[in-house]
Amino acid sequence: MIGLYSPGRSVVHRAPTLLKLVLLSVGVVVIGVLQQPWQLAVAALVVLTLFVIARIPPRAAVAQIAPILWMLVIVVPIQGLLAGWLVAGLMAGRLITAVALAALFTLTTTVTSVLEAFQRMLRPFGRWIDADRIGLLVALTIRCIPLVTEIVTEVLEARRARGTRGSVMALAVPVVVRSLYAADALGEALVARGLDD
Amino acid sequence: MSTITFDAVSHAFGERQVLRGIDLRLTEHRIGIVGANGSGKSTLVRMINGLVAPSSGTVSVDGLDVAKKAREVRRLVGFIFTNPDNQIVMPTVQEDIAFTLRRRGLSAEEITQRTTAALHRFGLAGHADHPAHLLSGGQKQLLALAAVLVADPKVLVADEPTTLLDARNARHIGDLLRSMSQQVIVVTHQFALLEGFDRVIVIEHGAVVADGVPEDSLDAYRALLA
Repeated sequence: MIGLYSPGRSVVHRAPTLLKLVLLSVGVVVIGVLQQPWQLAVAALVVLTLFVIARIPPRAAVAQIAPILWMLVIVVPIQGLLAGWLVAGLMAGRLITAVALAALFTLTTTVTSVLEAFQRMLRPFGRWIDADRIGLLVALTIRCIPLVTEIVTEVLEARRARGTRGSVMALAVPVVVRSLYAADALGEALVARGLDD
Repeated sequence: MSTITFDAVSHAFGERQVLRGIDLRLTEHRIGIVGANGSGKSTLVRMINGLVAPSSGTVSVDGLDVAKKAREVRRLVGFIFTNPDNQIVMPTVQEDIAFTLRRRGLSAEEITQRTTAALHRFGLAGHADHPAHLLSGGQKQLLALAAVLVADPKVLVADEPTTLLDARNARHIGDLLRSMSQQVIVVTHQFALLEGFDRVIVIEHGAVVADGVPEDSLDAYRALLA
């Protein structure tokens, strides 16, 4: 969800987030139990149609599915040899279709909408769970991924520049120290933005 | 303008004395604070919205004691940090600006309206749905400013807001700070940022060593550096 949102005004974008979450869950379960190639073809066609309706640029869609393809390159031949090529093909088809459906959700839903949906879901349990805090926790977790990635990249560059390429300590220590400093600074900024209440 | 008062303020981090008996009354529109690294200037401005509590003495904003009424004071005082990466909370530009308002219990319509206005004011409308972490350094600082000013604070405190920026972005941020109707307090090492300011305070070893119009204070600071 880190920067994957593809802005739009389509019916898929505007659909309530909770409804999308429920449909995504049901969809993934249904895709998982499909046994016939034609059933899977219909499911894939439905997902493809939703991508078209949402006007997702093909490059953005492919970028979401591409990371699982390398895994299929390894798994499908093994599955084909052990369980038969039909089973292997169905497994690959199910996986690609399910991942595409999940990608459609992240491409058409803002993080804010997801947080609000989670907060709405958790509100009945308000006596035991602080929904706003959970929402903030999720938002910060998502936000910290690129922050830590940047720290690791900079430390790797510094490590190369100092000629200590193979040293794990030269990577781990500065990454941990800088991450802790960044967490401290982020906490201070949250307080400054009035989020200490 | 707000009245910010430091009354006999001292502060120590462990054994290290950072501020010593500071007495100040800040009422001007634009105030600059300069001083060497480790002189205590950042600690001083952090006290204005309660990020640091003084070891002794009191800091107040419009009569509100920051130590006792920090929450109320933070609604009056916005704070910009040197590194905007550390104050961006949400993944996209629009969401980060709206995040400040969501915590204020405003209606969805008002949040959208004010967020859109802030996006346009700071030239970020074209980046509304872009990932915040992919913006340039200058754009990130603009986002940090937008996210703070969308809440319409009476005072804006900026701790070295242009240190990580190139000359063009630094000038742009400086122009924005000068154009604000809010009271602005800026900590900086870049004298050009203080052009047109009403007052400059020089801090050295935790104490005020010069305080007056920018020309006089900066001359005194240059003499210290010589």
